[in-house]
Amino acid sequence: MTDTNTSMAPAGEPKRFGSLLEQSDRTKRRNAKEKRFRLYGVAAIAVGLIFLTALVVTIILNGIPAFTQTHMTLQIELPADKLDKKGERNLADIKKVSTFGYNPLIDAALVRAVTEAGVETDITKGKDLRDMLSSGAGAQLRNAVLENPDLIGTTHAFTLLTSSRVDGYMKGRVTRVSLARDKNLTPEHLNIVDGLVDTGAIRRSFSWNFITGTDASESRPEQAGMGVAMLGSFFMMLVVLVLSLPIGVAASIYLEEFAPQNTFTDFIEVNISNLAAVPSIVFGILGLAVFIQFAHLPQSAPIVGGLTLTLMTLPTIVISTRASLKSVPPSIRDAALGVGASKMQSVLHHVLPLAMPGILTGTIIGLAQALGETAPLLLIGMVGYIATNYPDGIASGFLDPNSAMPAQIYEWAKRADPAFYERAWGGIIILLVFLVTMNAIAVMLRRRFERRW
Amino acid sequence: MPASWILLSVLALTLIGYFLARQRAVASAGGDRRLLHSLPNYYGLNAALAAAVPALALLCAWMIIQPLAINSYISNDLPAEVRAVPGELSLAMADISRVADGLSEAVARGAITTEELDKLDAEASDVRSLLAGVGVALGSDVDAQSLDLARSYRAATNTGNILRNVVVLLVALAGMAIAVMITNKDFRARNFVERAILFLLVAAASVAILTTIGIVFSLIFNTVDFFSRYPADDFFFGTRWEPSFSGRGGASDLGFLPLIWGTLFISLIALIVAVPLGLMSAIYLSEYASKPVRAVAKPLLEVLAGIPTIVYGLFALLTVGPLLLDIFGRDGALGVNWMSGGTAAMTAGLVMGMMLIPFVSSLSDDIINAVPQAMRDGSYGLGATQSETLKQVILPAALPGIVGAILLAASRAIGETMIVVLGAGAAASLSMNPFDAMTTVTAKIVSQLTGDGEFNSPETLVAFALGMTLFVITLALNIFALWIVRRYREQYE
Amino acid sequence: MKDNIISEMDVTTDKIKISARDVQVYYGDNHAIKDVSVEIQDKTVTAFIGPSGCGKSTFLRCINRMNDTIDICRVEGDILIDGEDIYDSNVDPVQLRAKVGMVFQKPNPFPKSIYDNVAYGPRIHGLARNKSELDDIVERALKRAAIWNEVKDRLHAPGTGLSGGQQQRLCIARAIATEPEVLLMDEPCSALDPIATAQVEELIDELRQDYSVVIVTHSMQQAARVSQKTAFFHLGNLVEYGETDKIFTSPEDPRTESYITGRIG
Repeated sequence: MTDTNTSMAPAGEPKRFGSLLEQSDRTKRRNAKEKRFRLYGVAAIAVGLIFLTALVVTIILNGIPAFTQTHMTLQIELPADKLDKKGERNLADIKKVSTFGYNPLIDAALVRAVTEAGVETDITKGKDLRDMLSSGAGAQLRNAVLENPDLIGTTHAFTLLTSSRVDGYMKGRVTRVSLARDKNLTPEHLNIVDGLVDTGAIRRSFSWNFITGTDASESRPEQAGMGVAMLGSFFMMLVVLVLSLPIGVAASIYLEEFAPQNTFTDFIEVNISNLAAVPSIVFGILGLAVFIQFAHLPQSAPIVGGLTLTLMTLPTIVISTRASLKSVPPSIRDAALGVGASKMQSVLHHVLPLAMPGILTGTIIGLAQALGETAPLLLIGMVGYIATNYPDGIASGFLDPNSAMPAQIYEWAKRADPAFYERAWGGIIILLVFLVTMNAIAVMLRRRFERRW
Repeated sequence: MPASWILLSVLALTLIGYFLARQRAVASAGGDRRLLHSLPNYYGLNAALAAAVPALALLCAWMIIQPLAINSYISNDLPAEVRAVPGELSLAMADISRVADGLSEAVARGAITTEELDKLDAEASDVRSLLAGVGVALGSDVDAQSLDLARSYRAATNTGNILRNVVVLLVALAGMAIAVMITNKDFRARNFVERAILFLLVAAASVAILTTIGIVFSLIFNTVDFFSRYPADDFFFGTRWEPSFSGRGGASDLGFLPLIWGTLFISLIALIVAVPLGLMSAIYLSEYASKPVRAVAKPLLEVLAGIPTIVYGLFALLTVGPLLLDIFGRDGALGVNWMSGGTAAMTAGLVMGMMLIPFVSSLSDDIINAVPQAMRDGSYGLGATQSETLKQVILPAALPGIVGAILLAASRAIGETMIVVLGAGAAASLSMNPFDAMTTVTAKIVSQLTGDGEFNSPETLVAFALGMTLFVITLALNIFALWIVRRYREQYE
Repeated sequence: MKDNIISEMDVTTDKIKISARDVQVYYGDNHAIKDVSVEIQDKTVTAFIGPSGCGKSTFLRCINRMNDTIDICRVEGDILIDGEDIYDSNVDPVQLRAKVGMVFQKPNPFPKSIYDNVAYGPRIHGLARNKSELDDIVERALKRAAIWNEVKDRLHAPGTGLSGGQQQRLCIARAIATEPEVLLMDEPCSALDPIATAQVEELIDELRQDYSVVIVTHSMQQAARVSQKTAFFHLGNLVEYGETDKIFTSPEDPRTESYITGRIG
């Protein structure tokens, strides 16, 4: 100890510490800095939460209108001499009249409705008035008649879909200004719409069609629905669940309970942690090359989507399953081994059931992730396919081309007509409802079965 | 569906094996189950596994190998000039297998009988319209040689299928029979069953390896194919991305640089948004926030991570883009006219940054919490304020871990697809202006693979080369980042 | 070593530096410190001894309000330093801790260079006007902590690369670099080997010239070697407090005697 004589405080300097009861200027400055820093933290969280709020509000404001649809109720005369010339009410004869045969009837009814509403307008031709209705209105009427041929010869009230422009006007999306340059509808039509709203002929109401319906072609956004895409997603998730749960659990059991410490095990582990971080689009390429190019599975089929998403979800499930297996204390295994169970029995009879809630929670979260995944689906052709038909039967559900919820949303977002944007937002609401439900179930499972050892 | 019938038959054999073996074991013990080596179920399971596993494995292998074998057998009969070019060969083979499938379909629907098929003459009859009638559309007429090859393709496939069914059934039967035969009360059924289960577990774990192999191979083969049609130099160092849409024009510029530039630019914007916000959120939540605030704010922030990327994409396209345009565009609030369209690097970058906030935040949270309490105590003991402790002790100590977290976030940003497909625009450019439309590697993978181009054209195959570079970049980032984070953790353990 | 010399030294001053009155500490519902009153003298080494969990460290951490960093901890009663209540609402713990330094059980150098470790306190408290003044402060502190000769050639090497004993002396240097008036030491030698322990003990005795040192130790030998005053804690109570010699030779309380003779502990 050589330096004992070095005194800390040089002699003669005033005492450094004033009273503790007063904050020195420097302390005040430092505390102000502290406060600022804390404020940055609050601000960062606030910005994050504002983002979240903006996102949620945007989705709800833009998406909710998709669940309602504008309809026009028209008294349509169904003259027998036009629809069923023979008068035998033979379905085959009635079917001979195409959609074009029904349009004049609608036109006539429109002219009558406009006159009754007492709207002064330059548009007098029924054909022009029909622009207010969906281009599928004729088919809608024809189907109604084919379903109930007795209607022929009567005048009956039909509720027909209006065109997306009228629907947009009712929802505030379309204005007279925006119609000035529109080929499909003129501002003049909107005066008629106003009149018909007053008489109650045009009404906007909740519509199941968006939730259960099929997708429609580019020109008829008012008819498009999510129903078929939901089925597509459902079949895909079925594949994912059936494959990824057993494979994921088996792989985790092996790695956690049986795997020896060797290079093979290490290699698997490295593979899994890397696969978890591989961009999802790469899985799409894998799906395209292996399942479609190599194995010749049908394009756009939910089974291919399911297989691709399975490979993508497996790492997530393996990681969470291993965590829940790890949380089962070794004493349980020892107890089972102690009464003479084999290692396999101790794992399958004791460890696995105890880890099951955790495994299920992880699986549901993995499924939710897969449900919202879009990029791989683009590559295996689940976009661009217009899902206008429900699958007939289970095999068809797996093997026939279909869309999926996120792919359908993407499809709508790409279309030119802004009326489809509303559909896309609405589709997101449906998708998020599923995701929230799944996550809520996962959280409930965790709460209900959480065990503290 | 012969494949499903064979599956059902194997299942039936499995069930039969289960009950036979179980019965036999109990019988050999004279009905006294205590004399058995294993529980009766194990004898049954042993026979069931012996029947099902080898047979099903064989079935899978057969289904993969048979088309390959038939392909190489048939392609030997193709003209040499077709065989010399790999692309031509695979095109021709695809046509032949399509015709063959169509012929089978036609026979199945009764549009043509087997005898008629054998006598079918390509010159005399219109095979194309025949196949169109059963729902198989062909690109061109079928010439005599293709028809012959398609016929032999079909014949080979049929023979192969029959052979497959017989062999698989025999294997299942043999497995079951052997397992049932060797069943007696001293047979160690449990050990056998457990070994079989262990084998299945290993097989399941190997799926991860198979997936990686699958990714690597599907990328490599097509990438090599691409580079045989398009010079690698022009790809890696080309500054123009202008694929021609006419198909095999050879006039396409497929330069990688504008794409990686856009990718890195957008990722950088995303990180500039996400890193400070995520890091400060993590610091506030782990060091300052009271319990109730933490309990509410943390899960809420993490909701951002659970939202599918398609939602962010739509948000970028329909909300953020137009909003930015209103501010930075012509006639915008600032009157600066920096932006000409809603889709831009800034749009995608901002939204991607939003998405990454919880990712950065939860990783940093873990890392900050891994700094030992002793560091904090040491600093507080010297009279440091909390922010001084954080800025001068904790963050420097956590720096390697945070760098790792940022690299992981960067890898996420580089691989992100939907946000850039919808929000960044489609024009590849080497612009410095963040308000210009840009495009990324991922966005171009999507557009090249979802277009109408022929599969074997460079315009389509380039997607695989892009995928390969994307895979290599993200893999390297991930491995490096995980290595940093692991080393960081070990330091404090 | 020279422990016999240390124990023979007289207490040099009688000035009271720290005065605690009826201090109570609660961890949630747990009453950890009960009615402790003690007066600690300036320029003296005071040792807190007692079985583990007796509250000696808790009480030590009250003296520089380190317990503030633990949410569930609540302190009642008065602790005065130089006649000022440190739990007064006007007192900033940051300023207090500059005046009352602390050395911890496990050496906890920051993952920075040796120089930056020592310079940390002076920097945050703004003690140096320029680089050369800071250099002086660092050098003096390292010399004072008797580690200068070992590290002067590698001041910019990481502090975590030193041996355990060196690390602890570095932490002491770090604590005295801010020129505190009181130095609290929470079992500073418990993680050190005997040779390093001897070095640190020697250092503590030297520090007594300038500081009021309070040391918590689980080793009675250490208390006897380094301290002039000793306080014995048991189950949260201050059982006995007095001259070290007296506590170890003729304790008044039977509990103290039991502990010293090894019957409880």
